Amino acid sequence: MPAHPEFVAAFNEGLAGAALPPGVTATAPDEVERRFAVYRNNVAHGLTEALAQRFPVIKRLVGDDFFAAMARIYAEAHRPQSPVLLVWGDSFPAFLAGFPPLAAYPYMADVARIEYARGLAFHAADAMPACPERLAGVDPSRLHLRLHPSVQVLRLDHPAVSIWQRNQPGASTERLTLAGAETALVLRDRAFNVPVHAIGEGDAVMIDHIRGGATLMAAAELAQWVDPRHDPQPLILRLMQAGVILDPMEDIRC
Amino acid sequence: MRHLPNTAGAGFKPEHFAAIREDAGAVGFLEVHAENYMGDGGLPHAQLAALRADFALSLHGVGLSIGGPGRLNADHLARLKRLCARYEPESFSEHLAWSSHGMDYLNDLLPLPYTAETLSLVCDHVDEVQAVLGRRMLLENPSTYVLFEQSDMAEVDFLRAVAARTGCGLLLDVNNVFVSCTNHRMDPRAWLAAFPLHLVGEIHLGGHAEEALPSGPLLIDAHGSPVADPVWALYAEVIAQGGARPTLVEWDNDVPEWPVLRAEAGRAAEILARGGMALARAS
Repeated sequence: MPAHPEFVAAFNEGLAGAALPPGVTATAPDEVERRFAVYRNNVAHGLTEALAQRFPVIKRLVGDDFFAAMARIYAEAHRPQSPVLLVWGDSFPAFLAGFPPLAAYPYMADVARIEYARGLAFHAADAMPACPERLAGVDPSRLHLRLHPSVQVLRLDHPAVSIWQRNQPGASTERLTLAGAETALVLRDRAFNVPVHAIGEGDAVMIDHIRGGATLMAAAELAQWVDPRHDPQPLILRLMQAGVILDPMEDIRC
Repeated sequence: MRHLPNTAGAGFKPEHFAAIREDAGAVGFLEVHAENYMGDGGLPHAQLAALRADFALSLHGVGLSIGGPGRLNADHLARLKRLCARYEPESFSEHLAWSSHGMDYLNDLLPLPYTAETLSLVCDHVDEVQAVLGRRMLLENPSTYVLFEQSDMAEVDFLRAVAARTGCGLLLDVNNVFVSCTNHRMDPRAWLAAFPLHLVGEIHLGGHAEEALPSGPLLIDAHGSPVADPVWALYAEVIAQGGARPTLVEWDNDVPEWPVLRAEAGRAAEILARGGMALARAS
């Protein structure tokens, strides 16, 4: 009978607070609880730190002690499913939305969605930006733009972009007048920074349709349909400067 | 295949990138945790590619769970293979520990009893890693805080047997030796006397934290402070006995400015130089 699978299962339960696994001992056997607690603490602390790295603004908003206690609860219920912790935390926003002690702070989940998206953008695959000079001459009714995989649009129920921006180093400390819902544009720029911008529904629709395969002209028209005053120029300029518009489908590579 | 140089290296931290780039020749090699470079792209890969051009590289895994039951995580092994293919590190190493239960990843290096059953499991896993990666790996001795009644082999004998059966090399973490031996009230020099120094492909040094238990100190492998003096002393003895080996200083928590870590690596480099001279005189 192999004993190791049962040993590891019992050790794992011990980490989550159950009794010590059979056979655990020490030179002074009455100290074995304190010694096993090092493993309990290492696992909880290690996962808390991993979550804190991914969600620094949430940590700042709730405070270090609250975050550590909350992260412990989350980590026990939602163990990482891969040794690659870069992708852990996808269920953290939903957890925050349903975490009773945060019921009075409904914007937390949206702030966490922004932070999770920033992590995805930070680690997204590399892709070469298109050459602006080559794009300039192409008929917009024939131009299919491709966007960098880091580009994400998040339609949020709360003014979470403003809250996120206000909690960056060096941000203004003036009183914030919170508006309603905001939509976030998350991307990774040429210098590997991952800024977050609030965009209007026209910009959001335009990005949706560019990514859906519409031509630049069609995407701009669809954006104007939801927002008659929409001007596509500032968005295209911003995407171009960030380097997230890639070689288009047309044969105009640099 | 190229080897790590018999000099001192440092664990790479992204916050040191600019300082290291301006300090060419500061250390003989760099080591990174493989799992931190398993994203698709972005800054981590840009930094590692730039450093790779100037430094020998040690790829150090923390997530393979070699000491766990069942099969190794095939997806994870495939990711390691891709990383090895991309960066062609001089060395790949992993731990004598487990870190996953089923699909749950615990993000810590957890201990195992040393038995015939676990020896066979660990050997199978090391065989599989070496077959998939197409290279010899190094297996690192752990820091431990408890013992197991089930164990019927000494840790050193277990490591020696894994190396003999699989052909893997060993990564000797001198701080882990000191931490485990102190915690289990054993003599680290006796541990080292039984350890096959000739199989060592790399040495690790790092700082530990200390708690007090009624029976004496409990040391914790925290990697958040300078290497302790008794560990430096043990390290100097290892080098004097076994000769120079690639030696890495690890500092993963409360990471200091680059010059502090560089100075720790410099201290190891001095001991390596002295040890090499002592061996030359003896022969």
